[in-house]
Amino acid sequence: MADQSPVIVVVAPLFAALLAGLIGMREKRACLPLTLLGLVVSLSAAIVLFRRVLAEGEVRYFLGGWDKPLGIGIELRIDTVNGLVLIVIAIVSLISAIFSFRPHGQRDTEKNMHFYILFLLLCAGLFGITATADAFNLYVLVEVSSLTSYALVAMGSLRRGTVAAFNYIIMGTIGASFYLLGVGYLYMQTGALNMEGIRVVVNQPDVLASKAVLVAFVFILTGVWIKTAFFPLHGWLPNAYAYAPTTSSTLLAPLMTKVFVYVMIRIMLSVFGLVWVFEHLSWSHIVVWLSVIAILAGSIIALTQTELKKMLGFLIIAEVGYMVGGAWLADEGLWGFKGAIYHIVSDAFMTSCLFIAAGIFYRRHDCHDIASLDGAFKRMPLTMTGLLVGGLAMIGVPPTCGFFSKWYLIRGGIDSGHWGYVVALIISSLVNAVLFFRIFEIAFFGKKPVEHADHGDSHGHGEEHAPAPAEPTGQAPMPTALVALMLSAGFILLIGIFNGQIMEWISLTVDPLNPFTKTPPL
Amino acid sequence: MGMRILGFIAVFVTGALLTYGVADFPKWGDPHSPANAGEVSTYFIQNTKADTHVPNIVTAVLADYRGYDTMFETVVIFIAGVAIMAILRVLATIPPGHQPVQYDPRKKIAYDPIISVTCRLIVPVIQLFALYVVAHGHHSPGGGFQGGVILGASFILIAITSNLRSALRRFSEKRFIFIACAGALIYSGFGLTTLLFGRNFLDYGVLSKIMFDTDEVMARSHSMLGVEIGVMLTVTAIMFAIYANLSSRGALRGGL
Amino acid sequence: MREFFESYIVPYFNFWVYVILMMIGMFAMITKNNLIKKLIGMSIFQTAIILFYVSLGVKDGATIPIYFHEHKEESHAEGTSEDAHHKEEESSHESVGPGILTDAERKQAHLEAGDHTPHGEAAGHAVNPDEFTNPLPHVLMLTAIVVGVATLGVALAVCQLIYREFGTLEESEILTQIKQSNHG
Repeated sequence: MADQSPVIVVVAPLFAALLAGLIGMREKRACLPLTLLGLVVSLSAAIVLFRRVLAEGEVRYFLGGWDKPLGIGIELRIDTVNGLVLIVIAIVSLISAIFSFRPHGQRDTEKNMHFYILFLLLCAGLFGITATADAFNLYVLVEVSSLTSYALVAMGSLRRGTVAAFNYIIMGTIGASFYLLGVGYLYMQTGALNMEGIRVVVNQPDVLASKAVLVAFVFILTGVWIKTAFFPLHGWLPNAYAYAPTTSSTLLAPLMTKVFVYVMIRIMLSVFGLVWVFEHLSWSHIVVWLSVIAILAGSIIALTQTELKKMLGFLIIAEVGYMVGGAWLADEGLWGFKGAIYHIVSDAFMTSCLFIAAGIFYRRHDCHDIASLDGAFKRMPLTMTGLLVGGLAMIGVPPTCGFFSKWYLIRGGIDSGHWGYVVALIISSLVNAVLFFRIFEIAFFGKKPVEHADHGDSHGHGEEHAPAPAEPTGQAPMPTALVALMLSAGFILLIGIFNGQIMEWISLTVDPLNPFTKTPPL
Repeated sequence: MGMRILGFIAVFVTGALLTYGVADFPKWGDPHSPANAGEVSTYFIQNTKADTHVPNIVTAVLADYRGYDTMFETVVIFIAGVAIMAILRVLATIPPGHQPVQYDPRKKIAYDPIISVTCRLIVPVIQLFALYVVAHGHHSPGGGFQGGVILGASFILIAITSNLRSALRRFSEKRFIFIACAGALIYSGFGLTTLLFGRNFLDYGVLSKIMFDTDEVMARSHSMLGVEIGVMLTVTAIMFAIYANLSSRGALRGGL
Repeated sequence: MREFFESYIVPYFNFWVYVILMMIGMFAMITKNNLIKKLIGMSIFQTAIILFYVSLGVKDGATIPIYFHEHKEESHAEGTSEDAHHKEEESSHESVGPGILTDAERKQAHLEAGDHTPHGEAAGHAVNPDEFTNPLPHVLMLTAIVVGVATLGVALAVCQLIYREFGTLEESEILTQIKQSNHG
């Protein structure tokens, strides 16, 4: 079955979703096990696949067996970059699925079946986006993941969530349509839909000067930027994530923007080729300055927020600025580019960790205000530890992955001489430090003393059995939610510790394509 | 006002870019433009019959060469149905302090014998035509999506002319979720079967082993019909589900 | 003026129409106050892209991408064959022919198919790709149409939800209500 692993990664959640639809009508409780099963199958297939990529190099898989001539069928192509992203998606969605567990009969469990079907199909869409090597197939899968995420945002019981979902639909449709239009322009100029087919034609000397290809690039880039919420195009993100149901946001926030940053990188790498992007186009200065604006704007707006999830939303926008800017740094060793890919991995876990912590707080307090975290450290020590790890990673404190991704990105910035980018990165780290230390201060010292906090049996869960009398309406965190939080916090540290190894894997794919070195380093 | 100016700017930038690009377009109808004379499209036109024995090239490309796309296209339809049900489903427990806006009560429409008898006559014909469109998709324009939409429309017609309740009696919520899932499962099941035979996903040729008296080419042709039927089931169910949910605001009673 | 039309407008007519449609749709999506009008804009926007793709696949004088059934409509086509021949010649002289075939042209194509080889039947005889329009854009657009329907459906459902919550579909009124609830 190892031969078939590329497609199994994508279709396992799909089958699980369809079975959840068939079985879930009769037995709602079957949905979560099916979800976990589907995602575990995906995860194991992704790991098998990644080992195969390491052993054999790029893995190509032709759906329907249509391999010759190239491009008549749809191809999945896995190299170390998207192999890694596949694993990340599988782990993060698995963590989110664990977090989603809630006892039967609670609020919202009415829609459990629908929720899990959409959840699984979103995962299938994201896996598909990551695995595919066909520009149009990418569009179809973008729509699969977008439609599910619109629904996941709109499913909440918050009134503002509906308006946020509507704006998300409008912006998302513009983004996806721009992408589709760009693909159409490329198809018109090249006659190919396969990424490799497009790249070969686009880099031919007579097509190089084509205006239509340039317009195609602009549209594709703008479309993908809308989907990644790159700063001036970010309008949909903060509200959509802040007012989405808790579980939905733990899946959407870590994955959607990151996967679309991956799409941008894939487009630069495979559809146009780095030579075209960096040497023919030479726009990197403009894009890096745009990203500087994005980083600063995201951080500064985050400072003004009083709601935890909304603040995190603006931090994501700043992080997207890191990644887009890093990918466009065009330094000689491509450290910025590789750092951006590494940051996709690390940011997925950081965001997952922070949103899970925020979700636990929300379930407890029914309120997102940062002020309500008052003295939370005593009440929910484990949750706060998770938030602490996530926060330190966002700031960039050494053992966490956040530090290393910033390290690589800054190295790229220095190598390429983009001092503005370096300064923006440092300012944003400072802002993160201010933000998170403010939260820690409130949570640690609290304004009002909390009477009686029983955390004698902190066996990894069940910390808050006796909430303080003045304490909030919501429910105590489920043990599973804490497990999910600990898992993602653990991954933050793991990825930080093994950063050298991960960068080595990323280099395996990126270095041979480096346009600045004539002889690729081994 | 600010939005309006922003809109103008965005639209004009887009328009300017599009206009800039048009200058480089191949002429409309040029048979030798890169897209039309490209290897891929030429291959489809020249080899479809030999590869799949399906005269309608669009059907062959849709269901076989790019069958993976079409599978996800079916999934998109499925998602739309599930999403609408999920969004509109009235919550069992409404959070405290939440006051939904009340609607005007709907006027009851009188029973009209002419309309209902006409529809009773016409619905079977529509359904038959839908099946024809699906079955004849290999030879003429048509296929699962088109047939499914027509079949779904026949149920919608029942719901419009009599009422939603009697349409739901024929096609209940459980039933349409079941059929939608089953349709998508048929499609992906073809893929799974080919995997189990050790070929790539959706490589229908290998299915000649379990079909009577067929070679690989005919197996492709038959499998395409199979997946089109799966598509039809999903589309039919979801079209009706979308109508039923949107027309009754998710309550699945009353309706237009 | 005439020259301008002949070299810039006519050969790209479909593309200009699509550019205009796209701008209209996008303008409505961004600036309209009513949510349903925004969705109408969205539909126009998506349809414009479909027009663009379908225009890509047009070939002068080509027919729909379905192989003909040999010996079927021959007797039917006989009567009009001369007329069709005439038409065929005409369209081949035109530099910019219409993408849509008249009945006569289609019959002519059928006739030719009957005369020479049944297309695609024998693998030895290659099909001339200029005879059929490009099938790929049609396939792609089938997908895009489906996506458009799905998006519109979900968006309408969200609109109903918004109406249930706010009692209006005007964006400005919704925003004032949100502001009020924030202050209150």
